[in-house]
Amino acid sequence: MSGFIEQFFNIQIMVAAWPTLLRGLAVTLMLCLAVIPMGLFGGLVAALASNSNYKIIRWPTIAFVDFFRSIPPLVLLIFVYSGLPFAGIRLSPFLAVVIAFFLNNSAYYGEILRAGLNSVGYGQTEAARSTGLNVVQTHLYVILPQAVRNVLPDLLSNTIEVIKLTSLASVVSLSEILYSADMARSITYNASPIVLAAFIYLIILWPLVRLVSQFGKNLDV
Amino acid sequence: MSQWERFSDTFFNRAVIIQYLPDIYHGIWITLELSILIVIFGILLGTCLAVLRVYKILPLSFCIIVFADVFRALPPLVLILIAFFGLPSAGIYLSSFFVLFIILTLVLAAFSEEIVWAGLTSVDTGQWKAARSTGLSLNQTLIWIILPQAFRLAIPPLTNRAIAITKMTALGTVIGVPDILNQATTAQSFSGNASPLMIAAIIYVIIFLPLVIASRWLEEKFSWRKA
Amino acid sequence: MAIAALEVRGLSKSFGANIVLDDISLEVAKSEMVFILGPSGSGKSTFLRCCNRLEEPDSGEILLNGESLTQKNVNLNKAREKIGMVFQAFNLYPHLSVEKNVSLALRKVRGFGTEKANEVARSALDKVGLADKYRSYPSELSGGQQQRVAIARAMALEPQVMLFDEPTSALDPELVGDVLEVMRDMKAAGMTMLVVSHEMNFAREAADRVIFIDNGSIIEEGPPEKIFTAPANPRTKSFLARVSGN
Repeated sequence: MSGFIEQFFNIQIMVAAWPTLLRGLAVTLMLCLAVIPMGLFGGLVAALASNSNYKIIRWPTIAFVDFFRSIPPLVLLIFVYSGLPFAGIRLSPFLAVVIAFFLNNSAYYGEILRAGLNSVGYGQTEAARSTGLNVVQTHLYVILPQAVRNVLPDLLSNTIEVIKLTSLASVVSLSEILYSADMARSITYNASPIVLAAFIYLIILWPLVRLVSQFGKNLDV
Repeated sequence: MSQWERFSDTFFNRAVIIQYLPDIYHGIWITLELSILIVIFGILLGTCLAVLRVYKILPLSFCIIVFADVFRALPPLVLILIAFFGLPSAGIYLSSFFVLFIILTLVLAAFSEEIVWAGLTSVDTGQWKAARSTGLSLNQTLIWIILPQAFRLAIPPLTNRAIAITKMTALGTVIGVPDILNQATTAQSFSGNASPLMIAAIIYVIIFLPLVIASRWLEEKFSWRKA
Repeated sequence: MAIAALEVRGLSKSFGANIVLDDISLEVAKSEMVFILGPSGSGKSTFLRCCNRLEEPDSGEILLNGESLTQKNVNLNKAREKIGMVFQAFNLYPHLSVEKNVSLALRKVRGFGTEKANEVARSALDKVGLADKYRSYPSELSGGQQQRVAIARAMALEPQVMLFDEPTSALDPELVGDVLEVMRDMKAAGMTMLVVSHEMNFAREAADRVIFIDNGSIIEEGPPEKIFTAPANPRTKSFLARVSGN
């Protein structure tokens, strides 16, 4: 038992690893700040395009979305980071992560926002257009606010997944939390730094996970 | 060499592909085997946990909720690394395959528990009363009346979640599970050519695209229940 | 002769092989209230939607006070501002308060500042008897109140013509009166109105002219007295007998 505590909850090692992990946390947060807005934007474009009246826009978009929902994010990330250099495209770990996640997140956010757009009745568009609002205004002020509200639980739930996904950046040695923790582990031969990283993730994500569950209850009515 | 030849030589090199295809083929079986095991055990365990909450044994329900929350909140890669590198020092030796299987099964179980529980609570309480009034026991009502209805609601989100988590079998690469991605990255570093990685990506799409399309179809089929 | 407030010339529309509107022409004079009757599926709603081009006609011309809405270079959004429309299902914006429902187009289309837009919105809501509901949301209102908000939303833009697409069909019987009362007031104030509705008594009392459409063509038209008491066309006769329950 003491061996177990020694191996997973070694306070001394955790204290020593703390500054490194804090720097890692800063990178993780920065990554989230880049990746979440970009994914939402890409998703919005994908959602609007996959609802387009023109087949030539709609079908390629749906193919894009399904393609990137089919590829494991880690495969995509490794392909961008270590496959593209063979074609002469060399990216920094940060940029590789941002690009790979942009493609992956756009597909997932896009699918959610598309469902949101479809949940708003056509009468809303008709009413807005009949008062002289143009297409852009109709979407901005009438359709999108309702669409987002209708799929808010799914958007939140996907955002949790995106935050968790940033841990994959450790695989391409971007020094976010998990990478920092794993470095500390390999130096100390002790899992406590990763356990500490897990606690940090829990502090950030547990409230959000609870919120998603609460949403679920409200929707059952 | 033309631009196109250079491109195809880098990403679709025949000689490299032929040389490493057997390895990747072996990886496909590992990935499929893991995926199937994880889906079966994850959904089964999650359903059992959700059903246990019906009996309203408070300490038990509390533990199940904490388990589901923690495994939904933590990145799977964090859990995998803790288990793989921590457990041996604590005297527990597991293969990387088994570690990946256990962690992803628990993650899928956590999500399944939440989804099935949401399904269970959304079944109208009148169904319970009606079934009990005909003399069915609590367990019979649960199995024959409530669970089938809960599952109807749960199938689309369960499908989505199962796909997302089976895709995570690629994380096994990090701890050395010889899955598709691992075989491909190894082959890439031996051959100095990106073709194995390209082939791996294509294989993943071939495996998962039908599932993604099926889940889209399922969602549309069940969407009349909303709104 | 004065220019018609709304003139439709040779309007046709098909959905696939199904001809919904077949060469319909109609003039509505300023301050005139025209009622359109007809069996369901006769193309009434489509006709109304073509008037402000929510539905794109295949051919034909629409003129608002002599200005074409169907020419290529027309600014449709500017034109739609001048044609108000009220829908069967109200179509209020559920995420906005009643006041914002009315003021949205004033701000975004008219370019009013928030202050002025709110002022105009409130005065429009006062006119339909909802002075105490500015801050309410659509879901907190009865169907009749929602439809009156929808009317205020259209009227706030000071349209030259108002289109009503079965404005009372989705309402409980006891709420219909309030909406008709508002329409009566609008007529008294000189609004030009084109109404698709099954409210026969209201048509008889308030309409200047009644048009009967079947299978995408105008079968008969005239003053309400004539149409209701002595319809010339047998199809009009059988329709009226059916809806009045005789």
